[in-house]
Amino acid sequence: MSVQVRVQEDDFDLGGELAALRDRHGGAVGAVASFVGLVRDVRDSADVSGLYLEHYPGMTEDSISAIIAQAEARWPLLDVLVIHRVGQLCPGEQIVLVLVGAGHRPAAFAACEFVMDYLKTDAVFWKREVVDGAEHWIESTADDGRRRRHWDSDDTG
Amino acid sequence: MSEAPLRILFFASLREAVGTAEITLPAPSAGTLESLWPALTDRLGPAAVAALQAENVRVAVNQALGNAPLRFAAGDEIAFLPPVTGG
Repeated sequence: MSVQVRVQEDDFDLGGELAALRDRHGGAVGAVASFVGLVRDVRDSADVSGLYLEHYPGMTEDSISAIIAQAEARWPLLDVLVIHRVGQLCPGEQIVLVLVGAGHRPAAFAACEFVMDYLKTDAVFWKREVVDGAEHWIESTADDGRRRRHWDSDDTG
Repeated sequence: MSEAPLRILFFASLREAVGTAEITLPAPSAGTLESLWPALTDRLGPAAVAALQAENVRVAVNQALGNAPLRFAAGDEIAFLPPVTGG
């Protein structure tokens, strides 16, 4: 089981990471699921001109590793990669990559969604948006909370 | 013999409320979070401390969240964390 957590300012390349994952596992991985999060340029019909992401070096990586450990305990996984960018980002830019390799697709799909839902509520990051010229720190939403809680009761395979 | 000071860290909106990302406090040898409020009030002022005491603020000791009463020891790193959101 390969686990990588990278918190970085640099952008990432999904194709390159997929190729690297395939190289790590040869034919053992039959399914790879991915999620890419992007900076949107609108929130509640207001213009978003920038996003600044802050983290707590050490604790942030640990919080992501803890989320991945929960996914590992729950599904048969072979590879999990999370790359999360920090710093100043513009609309359209990539923020986060979750890449999951498993033998078969139920685990790959479910674990990828699980990790992303938990990243929204449990990962140690703070986001400051510039909306209509004003800066404000944003929090996870009620919908984020619901999506995370559904994993507690869901009978996923 | 002097004890190693505490590093106190403030993130995001709390950093802005407090006016600094980090301070050091001379440490009593050990204690609970509550024992720090007077020293923090002297250093940062009551408005900043009120922000640190908000219900949605979490506190980490040496990068781990714990349950109240939070305890620290000399040389520890204490971080005040506003609500997080990743992704």
